[in-house]
Parts: sequence; structure tokens; C-alpha cells
Amino acid sequence: MRILVPLLALSLLAAACGDDDEAEPDPEPAPEATDGDDATEPEPEPAELTPVTLQLQWFTQAQFAGYYAARDLGFYNDVGLDVTILEGGVDIVPASVLDSGAADFAVSWVPRGLVPREEGANITNIAQVFQRSATLQVSFADSGINSVSDLAGRTVGNWGFGNEFELLAGLRKNGLDPQSDVTLVQQNFDMLALISGDIDAAQAMIYNEYAQVLETINPATGELYQPEDLNIIDWNDEGTAMLQDALWADADRLESDADYRDVAVRFVEASIRGWAHCRDNSDACVEIVLNNVPTLGQSHQAWQLNEISSLIWPSPLGAGVMDPDLWAQTVDVATSEGILAAAPDDGAYRTDIAEEALANLRDQGVDVVGSGFERIVVELLEGGE
Amino acid sequence: MGLKRLRGSLRQVIVFSLFVVLLMAGYSAYKGFGQSIDDAQTDWPVVGSILPRTDDLTMPSVFEIIAGVFAEPRGLNEAFGSIVLREAAITLREAAVGFSVGVIVGLTIAIVLSSSQLLERALVPHVIASQTIPLIAIAPIVVIWGRKNMDFLPWEWHDWMSVSLIATYLTFFPVAINGLRGLHSPSSEALELMDSYAARRGQTLWRLRLPASLPYLFSAFKIAATASVVGAIVGEISAGVTGGLGRRILLEAQRYTTGPERLYVAVLGAAALGIFVFLCISLLEYSLVRRKGTEAIL
Repeated sequence: MRILVPLLALSLLAAACGDDDEAEPDPEPAPEATDGDDATEPEPEPAELTPVTLQLQWFTQAQFAGYYAARDLGFYNDVGLDVTILEGGVDIVPASVLDSGAADFAVSWVPRGLVPREEGANITNIAQVFQRSATLQVSFADSGINSVSDLAGRTVGNWGFGNEFELLAGLRKNGLDPQSDVTLVQQNFDMLALISGDIDAAQAMIYNEYAQVLETINPATGELYQPEDLNIIDWNDEGTAMLQDALWADADRLESDADYRDVAVRFVEASIRGWAHCRDNSDACVEIVLNNVPTLGQSHQAWQLNEISSLIWPSPLGAGVMDPDLWAQTVDVATSEGILAAAPDDGAYRTDIAEEALANLRDQGVDVVGSGFERIVVELLEGGE
Repeated sequence: MGLKRLRGSLRQVIVFSLFVVLLMAGYSAYKGFGQSIDDAQTDWPVVGSILPRTDDLTMPSVFEIIAGVFAEPRGLNEAFGSIVLREAAITLREAAVGFSVGVIVGLTIAIVLSSSQLLERALVPHVIASQTIPLIAIAPIVVIWGRKNMDFLPWEWHDWMSVSLIATYLTFFPVAINGLRGLHSPSSEALELMDSYAARRGQTLWRLRLPASLPYLFSAFKIAATASVVGAIVGEISAGVTGGLGRRILLEAQRYTTGPERLYVAVLGAAALGIFVFLCISLLEYSLVRRKGTEAIL
């Protein structure tokens, strides 16, 4: 019988430890705590809401503000959806989660959706939300790197794991051999290596790492680094940009399940409405993000949303509708860099769902092109606070 | 006896605190030395090249780190240290559940394997092989599987439970291996005595083998408890679970350039959590095994 005592004590300990945090308030207020797609309890809403899960490719930040705005402002409810947003993780591949059926829709960069697709995951891009790439190569102005060809002989940081292909294609396009003409080094997901001078040029997202440099004190001046202290190489200008955040859906289900296709239209509609809202109400939208993760820096998220909006707007064809030229460029880089063995077939993206969604939004008077959009000036504070 | 014990514990606390102070002093001394020789500029052979640089970004000063504990981010009325503590509680829940399940699984494996030489020979290599599979390989599988296949459970499955399962994966192994050794530990005389009483297998297990394996099990529990914290943190990072220390560490690593002391605070929080669970197990061991004259390692 004696063995029961330690076991019992252990479980008591576990329970006690468990109790400790039950009393703690959840740090992230989740308005809809229903996890997964099996909402067993009937909704108190008069109209039955369809439960939908969205898998993000990273953690909550302004990069996904449009979806959080659509959820927290009830845009999804307005179209009869109850959306649960699942955050991403380091090892979570949104396309795989989507293909497995553990999520209904997923946010994923185009190359990261196309690779699993080539390997057999039957998913399709239903809305190309970001019309531009956000990847930069950043260097200090005094290093004299003004163009891609100036990277010759330099130490060039990149994140690897599939983030380096715009850089590699850009080097080749400018007659540089990535193997011999530059020293490529793996870079952490921070800008320390650039600031401490270990690398001459660092990979950075314009909405994240680039801002982090501008939130750091320049020891030479005692002030924050200024944009004029930095040179940037923008792959959109170099012609090797690849398309990033897009909404993906299960292609088989779209064909076989008319309800799912209908949900997809409504989901894209409310999502784009969320993005349009964030374009026109950026401060309120930043607050929504901060309400979800209170410890994020306010000025950093404001900067991020501003840059994200300028990746989306203006969308001449309408937000979410694929630009065939940019698609072709993405596929071109992907195949020439060996990311994809062959160009994907026509089913890799479709515009009918986004167009249907946009037609509904136009009827409601929502501006889905954003031709008047202009970046605001966001003042970054030290540490992005 | 009690007083002696108390004084022993007091001495432990003092020694530990002294060591922490020493560590802080060593850290500051190294930093001060590196700064005095301007390590980024000179080609001093070790400091700043093999050993880390000492500038404020790489090594924030002890005071900055301590200030980081009390700083309130962005007008929140809560110190950063208290936010980390709250997240540590989330990680602790995942680790505690993972640990408990791991102990049950590990003990079951140990009891089953100890019952047959053949089983033991056949399955122990598999148990060992299971630990060579990297966690990052199983994390996405566990998360997807948890979301899709756990509908039959009477309670709702949350992603944090998948993290607990990942922690379980690290936890059951030391319990199984040490438990197996412990179950084999009774002397043949003791076993023969049980035989002479015509004790059934279950009785021998209950009254002899399991009690005899307690010291072995408790060393396993200590390893498993710290491993469960590691498993929970790694699981959180891999699986994208909201809240928790793993998420905090990743977030602060990502914005390290603009607040290195926050990452230090988060990592120190993880270390403190590891020490805390270790102490929990040690206390339990002390209260259970003490009477048998076995000295607890506390």
C-alpha cells in the first residue's frame, strides 16, 4: 500500500501546482475561448454561427491585424462565422495544418504554401492579401552598399530555412555567384549581428527587424538610429520579390463541399473588411493587437501595421485578387532557385472566391482598392514601446 | 533534530544566495574587464572573440537585468517580472500535467518490462530509441493529432495539452529506466523470502519491489521534473501555444536588440522554474523517504 502514498502525493502536488495558475488571469483575453472546430455548445446568438479556424504562420502581431480586427469587431459574426485564430509556432507549417484538416484556412507565404502543395497537399491560394514582399537587405549607410552588386565580397546575413531565396536570386540576377562572390552567414532573428558589425548586410522584414534597428540607440550619437543611417535593398525593386501572406484553403473541400466554398467567400469578405478597417483606422487597429498581446511594443506595432497596410494597399485589382505578373515572378524565382521542381498547375491559386467577396464588399461601400492610401509617419520609440 | 534540520536548510539558502552574488560579481567583473580593454576594437585573443563581447547589447549589466524585472512595459500596471511569473505558471501547469502522465507511463513501462526478461530485452532498445527522436519533429504531429483526434475525450482538448504530451515524451524515459533498475534492486534473499511466503507476483511488486525502487524513482523524478519544464518550453516554442515561458523567450529573442535584459529575465525565469520543480520533488522525497534513513539530496 505504501506505494500509493507517493503517487497520491505526486498527483496532489500536480494538482496544487495546477491550482496556482488557475487563479491567474489569462494574459491574453480570448473573447471566444472555444478551441478547435467542435463547438458542442449551442451559440447564444440568434443566428447559428459557423465555427471556422484560421491558422496563422506566426504569433499575434500587427502582421495579422486585419484578422484580429475582423474577429474582435464582429465582422466575422456579421457574415455568420465564429472564427478561432490559431497562432503559429516555430515548427508549425500552416499549409500542413490546413491539409491535415486541423484548420479551415491558413495564412502562409506563397512559396511556403507551394512547396507542400508540390509534395501532395491539395491546397489552393484563395486570396493574395499582401501584394508586395516585405523582405529587405539592410546595411549601414557608411558601409557603401548602395546596390546588390555592392554586396560582392561582403558578409551577408540571412535567416535560411527558405527565407534566403529572394536574396540568392537577386545576387544571381546581378551577376554574383552566391557561393563565391559573397560570404553568406546564417543570421539570428534579431539585428544584433548587423549592429555589432559582424555582418555587413542583414536580412530584415520592413515591418519588424528594420524597425528594431530604428528602435536602438546609436552609441555614436546617443539617439536612436535614423533611417538615413541605413541603406536598404528592396527585392520588390530588384525584381526578385516573392509573394508573401496569402489565405489558403483546402482545394478538395472547395470542390466537393458547397458550404465550405460559401464559408470561404464570407471568410475572405470579412477578412478584407478587417484589413480595410485597419487601413482607415490604424490607431484603433493597433489597440486591437495590443489588447490581444499586451506586452508588445506600441510604437513597434504601429510601425508594423503601417508597413503591412502599404504591402496590401493600393491593390489595383482589389485586395486579395492575385496579380498574375507577381505570381509568375514568384514561381519564376521558386523554380530557378530549386524551391519548386516545376511550375505549379493552374489550381494553385484561384481568384473567383476573392472576387465574389470583393463584389459583396463593394456593394456595402467598402473601398477594396485603397488607391488613396498613403503611409503615415510613425515615430518609433526606444525599444518599440 | 528539527532544529538541526532547520539550520541545515538555512545554511543551504545562505550558500545558494552567496553563490548567486558571486555569479553576479563574476559577470560584472568580466563585463567591466572587457569594457576596460575595449574588446570590440582590440584584438585581445579571448575576450570578445571566443568569449562573448561585453557591450550592453550582448551583456546587459546586472543592474539593467534587475531593473528589467521591475520595469513596467508600455504603461501596463504590471512589472515585467510578474508577467514572466504568470507565464511561468502556465508553463508549470503544462509541465506538471506532462510530468504526472510521464510518471504513470514510465512506471507502467518499468513494471511491464520487469515482469519478463524477454520483454525487457526486446523493448528497452525501443524505449531508448524513442529519446533520439528530436522534439521538434514530433511537436507539429502532436499538435495536429491533438486538434483532430481528441474528440472522444469527455473534456475539450486544448493546444496546451499537446505541449504537456511533448513534456511527457521527455519525462517517461528516466522514470522507466530508473524504475526498471529499482524494481530489479531487491536482493535475491529478499525475493526468496517473498517466495517462501508464497507471495503472488503482485504482492511481491507491491510490498517489495516498488518500495525498494523508491530511491531510484526519486532520482528519476528529479530528472524528469526538470525535463518536463524543458519539454514544455520547447513544446510551446514549436507548437505555437499562447502564453507560457517558451513563447515569452521566443518573443524576447526576436526583439533582443531593443531590450536584451527582457530575454535575460525570461531565461532566468525558466531557470527558476526548473529549480522550483526540483525543490518540489526533493521536499516530497524528504517527507516520504526520510523515515527510512535515506538522506534526501536537498
